Amino acid sequence: MQIGGPSGGCLTTEHLDVGLDFDSVKKYGAIVGSGGLVVMDEHTCMVEVARFFMSFTQRESCGKCVPCREGTKRMLEILERIVEGNGKLSDLDELQEIAEMVKSMALCGLGKSAPLPVLSTLKTFRDEYVEHIVDKKCRAKTCQALRKYRINEELCKGCGKCAKSCPVGAITGKRRESYHIDPELCIKCDTCRDNCAFEAIYVEA
Amino acid sequence: MGTMTIDGRKVEFTNEKNVLSVIRKAGINLPTLCYHSEVSTFGACRLCTVEDDRGRTFASCSEEPRDGMVIYTNTGRIKKYRRLIVELLLAAHCRDCTTCVKNGECVLQGLAARMNISTVRFENTRELRPLDTSSPALVRDPNKCILCGDCVRACEEIQGVGALGFAFRGTDAMVMPAFNKPIAETDCVNCGQCRVYCPTGAISIKTNMDEVWDALADPDTRVVAQVAPAVRVAVGDAFGLPAGRSVMGKIVTMLHRLGFDEVYDTTFSADLTIMEETKEFLERVGQGKNLPLLTSCCPAWVKFVHDQYPEFIPNISTCRSPQEMFSAVIKEHFKGYEKNQGKKTVVVSIMPCTAKKMEILRPDSVNNGERNTDVVLTTTELIRMIRTSGIDFAELPPESSDMPFGLGSGGGVIFGVTGGVTEAVLRRLVDKHDKESLDAIAQCGVRGEEGIKEFTVDYKGIPINVCVVSGLANARTVMERVKNGEANYQIIEVMACRQGCIMGGGQPVKPGARTKEERTRGLYNADSVMVIKKADENPTIAALYEGLLKGKEHELLHNTIPW
Ligand code: SF4
Ligand code: SF4
Ligand code: SF4
Ligand code: SF4
Ligand code: SF4
Ligand code: SF4
Ligand code: FES
Repeated sequence: MQIGGPSGGCLTTEHLDVGLDFDSVKKYGAIVGSGGLVVMDEHTCMVEVARFFMSFTQRESCGKCVPCREGTKRMLEILERIVEGNGKLSDLDELQEIAEMVKSMALCGLGKSAPLPVLSTLKTFRDEYVEHIVDKKCRAKTCQALRKYRINEELCKGCGKCAKSCPVGAITGKRRESYHIDPELCIKCDTCRDNCAFEAIYVEA
Repeated sequence: MGTMTIDGRKVEFTNEKNVLSVIRKAGINLPTLCYHSEVSTFGACRLCTVEDDRGRTFASCSEEPRDGMVIYTNTGRIKKYRRLIVELLLAAHCRDCTTCVKNGECVLQGLAARMNISTVRFENTRELRPLDTSSPALVRDPNKCILCGDCVRACEEIQGVGALGFAFRGTDAMVMPAFNKPIAETDCVNCGQCRVYCPTGAISIKTNMDEVWDALADPDTRVVAQVAPAVRVAVGDAFGLPAGRSVMGKIVTMLHRLGFDEVYDTTFSADLTIMEETKEFLERVGQGKNLPLLTSCCPAWVKFVHDQYPEFIPNISTCRSPQEMFSAVIKEHFKGYEKNQGKKTVVVSIMPCTAKKMEILRPDSVNNGERNTDVVLTTTELIRMIRTSGIDFAELPPESSDMPFGLGSGGGVIFGVTGGVTEAVLRRLVDKHDKESLDAIAQCGVRGEEGIKEFTVDYKGIPINVCVVSGLANARTVMERVKNGEANYQIIEVMACRQGCIMGGGQPVKPGARTKEERTRGLYNADSVMVIKKADENPTIAALYEGLLKGKEHELLHNTIPW
C-alpha cells in the first residue's frame, strides 16, 4: 500500500491496523501527504514503484539545492539500473546512503520527502530488490528487462505458429517437436504467447 | 544577544545574522559553497547544515541564532552527508583540475581535499557545453559551474546589473545571461565581480599572459609597463608577505627581471587625471553646465551609464582614465626614432581590473590610428607570471619606478580606494599642503567604507555637494535620486567595485571585510609615507605639461570620440 502521494511511503499488510493519522504513519516511514492511498497486490513490482516515484520527483526537482538536484538524479539512475537487471548489491547501500542524505539535507519539502518511497521499500521489500539484482528476477513479472519468454516443452505441440508470428525470428524448431526461443533475439513483444493455441508459451520472471 | 551551545561549548552571540556566523566566530570553519556575507543568503549547497539536540537538521546560514540553541556541527552523519554532497557535485563536474585556471585556488577542489574524497562513484553524464568567450574580460565555462548562484547575486545585488540568471530546472539548471546570449551582448560591464565570487573556474579572467611573454621575448619590442595603485597592495600575500602591504618596489624589480624595458607607475597619470579633471570640474561649475560631473576613471561605471542612463552621457568627464592617459603619453613619448631606436613599443598595463581589458578596445582609446594600451594584465595574471618565472618574489630588493614617468603623488596612490579620486581633487583645490589641511580633507567624509557618502565642501565661498559611491547597485540608487531631482550634487565619483579598485575584478580573491580592510590600510599607508601629496606638486607633471603635452593636452588626455 502506497500512501501520501509520490513522496509518501509504502506499507504492507502487517501495517493494516496502523491508524491513519499524521503521527502514526510517520512512525513507519510514510506520510499522510496528499491523502492519496494506492493499494497494490502481488502484480505490482515494488522496485518499479520506487523507480516510478523517483522519476516523478526527479523531474519535479527545481534544481536549486545540491542534495535534491544531484541526489534524486543518482537515485533514479540506480533504480533504473536495478529494474533493467544491471544492478549490483552495492547499489542498495548507495541508494540507502543517498536517500538518507537527501532526506536530511535538502532545502524544501519536495527534496526532503523524495527519498521516502525508496527508504520505505528498501526496508519492507528489500527481498524484492535483492531478487532483481541477484536472481535477475521480478516476481511481479512487470520489469520488462527481466521477463523471459519460454516454451513449455510438455505443452508445445510443435505447430510452428509462434515461429511464423515472431517479428524478429527468435523462435526456431522442427515441426512436431518442441520449439525454442532464443532469449538474445527475443524483444518481448508477447506476440507468440498471444498466438499459441496450446498456451505453451509463458513468461518467466 | 544570547548564548548557544555549539558542540558542547557555550558560545555568546551578539548581532550575528545567522547561526553560521556564530559557528565561525567560535572557530569552526564550516564548509560552504554558497554563502557570502556581502550578498543575500541562498541556502543551496546545504554544506553548512548542522544538527540540533532533537536531531533536526538545518542549514546554519539560513537560521537566525536563538538564545539557548544546542547544536552539533560535526556529528557522524552530518560529516558523511557533507562528503556525499561534495562527491555528488564532483560527479557532475568536469574535474580537469590540472588544466583549470582555478587549480590551486578552487573552493570545490579545496573541499574535495578537505573531505578526503578519493573516488567518485557516479559517472558524469552532463552534456559538454561550449565556453562563452565573447567578453574581452571574462570567460564563462558552464561545465565548471556548480550552480551556487554567487555570481548571480553579486551581479544583481552588488552591481545592480543582473546580467546573469538561472535558466531551466532540475539537473538541466544552468546559470547564463538571459536567452543564453553571449555575455558581451548584454549589459554586463565587465567589472569581474561575478568572477571574484565564483568558487570554481566557471567564471575566470580572460588572460593575456602569452601576449606579454611573446612581447618580452621579442628583441625588437620595447615592453613598457604601468602599474596601477591597487595592484601593489594585493600581490604580497600571494608570496607569504603580510596581506595589504604595498610591495611596489618589489614589483618594479620583478618586472625588470622578467624583461620589461621600462616600468612606470600609474599614480603618475592619476596625477594627470587630477589636474585635468579639476580643471574640467571648475569650468563646468563656472558655466553651470553638465553637472553633476561624473568621474570617468572606472570603465565599468562608464559603460553602466551608457547602458542604463544614456541621458547622463554628457555629464561624464571627458578625461581619459589614468590608464588611457598614461598609455597615450607613453606612445607619444616613444614616437620618434630618437626615442624608439626603431623598436616597437608595447604598453602593458597592470591593473586590478577586468573592465580595463574592455576599455582599451573602446574606439576612444586610440591615437594616430593605434590602440594606446596594447595589453591589460590583471593582478592575478601578474602573480601567475611571477610564479611561472620561479623568481623568489619575497626576497627581491625594491627598486623605484623608471623616469620620467615613475613619480606620483600620494593623491594618485589613493585612486585605488573609493573616495580617492575625490580626495585627490580636493587636495588639488586647496592651496595649502600642511598636515592640518590634508587631515581636514581626509576627515571631511570622503573616507570610509560606506557605499554612498555625501558631504559638502566649500570652494572659495561656493558650496560643492559631493557624492562618493562604490558598487554599481549603489550608483543606481544615487542616479535615480539625481534623475528624480531628489539630490543635487556637483560631482559624483563612482567606482564600480565595492570599496574601489582594491576589490577589483582582477584582484586575487577572496572577497570579504578582512581583505578590504587590509588593502585599504595598505594604500592609505603608502600615501602617508609619500613626500609629494598633491598632483600639482609633482615636478614631473609640470615638466610634462611644458614639454610633450604642450598643445596636445586635449588629444592625449581626453576622450574625443563618442561611443
Ligand atoms: S529540495 Fe526543493 S529547493 Fe532543493 S532542488 Fe529540490 S525542489 Fe529545489
Ligand atoms: S515474445 Fe515476441 S520476440 Fe519473443 S519469441 Fe515471442 S514473438 Fe518472438
Ligand atoms: S573548477 Fe575547481 S574542481 Fe573544477 S576543474 Fe577547476 S580546479 Fe578542478
Ligand atoms: S562582470 Fe560584472 S556586470 Fe558582468 S556579469 Fe560579472 S558581475 Fe555582472
Ligand atoms: S558561475 Fe560560479 S558563481 Fe556562478 S553559479 Fe556557477 S559556480 Fe556559482
Ligand atoms: S572600480 Fe576599479 S577595478 Fe573596479 S571596475 Fe572600476 S576601475 Fe576596474
Ligand atoms: S552555505 Fe548554507 S546552504 Fe550553502
